[in-house]
Amino acid sequence: MTAHLKRWWPLALLLVLIAAPYSALPLPGLLDGPLGSPGSLQLIALCLLYGGLATGYDLLLGRTGLLSFGHALYFATGLYATDLAMLELDLDLLPAALFGTACSVALALALGAVSLRVTGIGFSMVTLAFAQAGAILVQRNPGGYTGGEEGRSAPAPHLPDALVGIQNTANLYWIALAYLVLTLAVVHWTTASPTGRVWAGIRENERRVEVLGLRPYGFKLLAFTVSGALAGAGGVVYLLLTGGATPQAASSDATLALLVMVVLGGSGTRWGPLLGGVLYTWAAHRLGDLANSAAVADLPAALRVPLSQPLFLLGTLFVAVVYLLPGGLAKLPARLRTGRTPTAAAPAAALPEGAA
Amino acid sequence: MSTVVLLACTGLGLGALYFLVASGLSLIFGLMDVLNFAHGALLSVGAYAAWWAATDGGTGFWLAVVFGTVVGTAASVLLELALIRPLYVRPRDQILATVGVGLALPALLMGVWGSDARPFPQPAALSGTVGLLGATVPVNRFVLMAAALAVLVALRLFLARTRYGLIVRAGVEDRAMVTALGIDVRRAFTLVFAIGGAAASLGGALAGLYFGSVNPSQGTGLLIFAFVVVVMGGMGSVTGAAVASVGVGLVQQFANYYTAAGLGDLSVVVLLAVLLLVKPRGLTGRLA
Repeated sequence: MTAHLKRWWPLALLLVLIAAPYSALPLPGLLDGPLGSPGSLQLIALCLLYGGLATGYDLLLGRTGLLSFGHALYFATGLYATDLAMLELDLDLLPAALFGTACSVALALALGAVSLRVTGIGFSMVTLAFAQAGAILVQRNPGGYTGGEEGRSAPAPHLPDALVGIQNTANLYWIALAYLVLTLAVVHWTTASPTGRVWAGIRENERRVEVLGLRPYGFKLLAFTVSGALAGAGGVVYLLLTGGATPQAASSDATLALLVMVVLGGSGTRWGPLLGGVLYTWAAHRLGDLANSAAVADLPAALRVPLSQPLFLLGTLFVAVVYLLPGGLAKLPARLRTGRTPTAAAPAAALPEGAA
Repeated sequence: MSTVVLLACTGLGLGALYFLVASGLSLIFGLMDVLNFAHGALLSVGAYAAWWAATDGGTGFWLAVVFGTVVGTAASVLLELALIRPLYVRPRDQILATVGVGLALPALLMGVWGSDARPFPQPAALSGTVGLLGATVPVNRFVLMAAALAVLVALRLFLARTRYGLIVRAGVEDRAMVTALGIDVRRAFTLVFAIGGAAASLGGALAGLYFGSVNPSQGTGLLIFAFVVVVMGGMGSVTGAAVASVGVGLVQQFANYYTAAGLGDLSVVVLLAVLLLVKPRGLTGRLA
C-alpha cells in the first residue's frame, strides 16, 4: 500500500491540482479566499509557474553544476518578445508565443556559446553581465518598444477570449499547471537520457569527463539552451498570468529569486526546486500582506521594521537554509531520519563535508 | 575640449568608485574563492552610516566618512566571522550565503530609512568646482580620485612590504601551499575581508558625495560593474582592478555622452565579452 502511495502520489496530486478550480474549500491562513476563487487561483498559478521556472533553472545549477546568474534574461526575452510580437508584429497568441520562445532559445544559444568559454565563477560573472545588459536595455526603452519602467501590457484583442477577464482565471491556472508538468517532464526525461548522465558527470568532475573523450562544452551548451527555452516558455505563461511585461522580470533580483527557490527546496533533486519555487512565491505574497497588516503596524519599531520588508525576511531565511539545512527542504526528511539515531548518523554526516 | 575634460574627470571619478569596490572584491576572491555578493550591501552600509553621522549625528563631513568606514569594516568582519568562516568546507554555500546577506541588508536599510534617495550633506569646501583646461569640474571628482589613489598605494605597500601582505599574496597564488607551510590562512581571510569592507564602505561614504544622495539600491547597482572590473582586471590582482576600473569608468562616461544614454553601460558589458573571448584569463592573465 505504501509502495503504491510512493509511486503514484505525484499523479494524485496532479489530479487534485487539476480539480482545484471546482472546489470552494476555504484555506484560512494559506489563502485569502476559497480555493476556487480567482484571487487564490491566480496566486497558486504564480506559485506553480515559479515552481516550473525553478525546476528549469535547476537543470543548470543542480544537474550540470553551472551557476548562472543570468537566467532572468531568457525569461524576460520570452516575456517581452511574445508581448512585442503581438503588439508590433500583429501576431496572434500562438505564433507570438512560439516566436518568443524561439527568441529565448536563439539568445541562450548565442550567449551561452560565449559565456561557456570561461569556466567556474567567471562563467557566473559573464552571465550576470549579459543579464544586466538586458535589464538596462529594457529599462532604457529603446525606440519606445519596451515601455521602460512601466513595461507594456498584453493586447487584449490578440488574446483568445477564454484567457481574458477575471472569470477566466481557471484557464490561466491550467496553463500554468500544464507548463509545470511540461517542465518536470522535460527535466526528468533529459536528465535520465545519456546526455543527462554526461551532465551529472560534468557536475561531479568535469576534467574526468574530458579524460573519457567527451567535450563538456557542447553538453553544457545544450543544458544552457534547454534551460533557456524552458525559461522563455515560462515568460509566455507569466505574460498571460499578469497581463503584461514589466522590467522587474529582467532584473538580477529575478535570477537571485530563482536561486533562492532552488537552494531553499533542494538543488539537484526532482521535487526540491518545485517545492522551493511554490513556497518562495507563496511566502513573498503572504509576507507582503503581513507587512501591511495591522498586527505588524502595532509592533514596536525594532520588530516592525524587519517584518515589514519581505526581502529581508526571505534573505535571512535563505542564509538560514544555506547554513542549517544544506541540501534544502527536500533533504529534510532524510536528515530527520538520521537525526533520530545520532550515534549512527554522526560519522556519516561528517564524512561528505570532510571529503569536500 | 572642455566637455572632454569634464567627461574624463567624471569617468575617472566613477572609475575611482569602481576601484574602491572592486579592489576588495578582487582580493577576497583571489584569496578565498568567495564571490562576495554582499559587497554592494557593505557599500550601502558605509554610505548610510556616513549619512546618518553627518545629518542626525551632526558630525563634520570627514568625521562622518571615518565613521561610515569604521561601521562598514565592522560589518564586513562580522560577516566573515559569523557566516563565511563556518562554511569554509562548502565553497558554493559561501557564495549563496553572501547572496542572502546581499538581499537582506539593503532591504533592512530600506525598512529603516525608506526606499527614497536621501540627500547627502555636501561640505562647503567640496561642493564647489575648479577650472581645469577650460572646463569647470566639481571638486568631489578629485576627492574620489585621491581616495582611490591613496587606497591603491596603501594596498600596494601593504601587499609588498608587510608580513601579512606576503601571506595574502602567497595565498592568492596557492592557498594549499601556504597552509602546508604551517601558516594560519584564516587570520588572513578575516584581514582581507576587513580591508575589502573598509574600501567598499569608504567608497559608499564618498558615493554619497559623488551622487549627492544615498539610496538602498546604490551598492547593488555599483556591484555589477565592480564584477565586470574584477573579471577584466584578473581576479586577485589589485593593479589589474585599478587599470580595469579606470577603463570601465571612462568608456561608460564617454559612450553615455556621445551615443544614447544607457549605451555606455551596455558597451562596458560588450567590452567584457570581447575581452573574455580574446583573453579568457583577464588583463593580467590570472585565473578566471
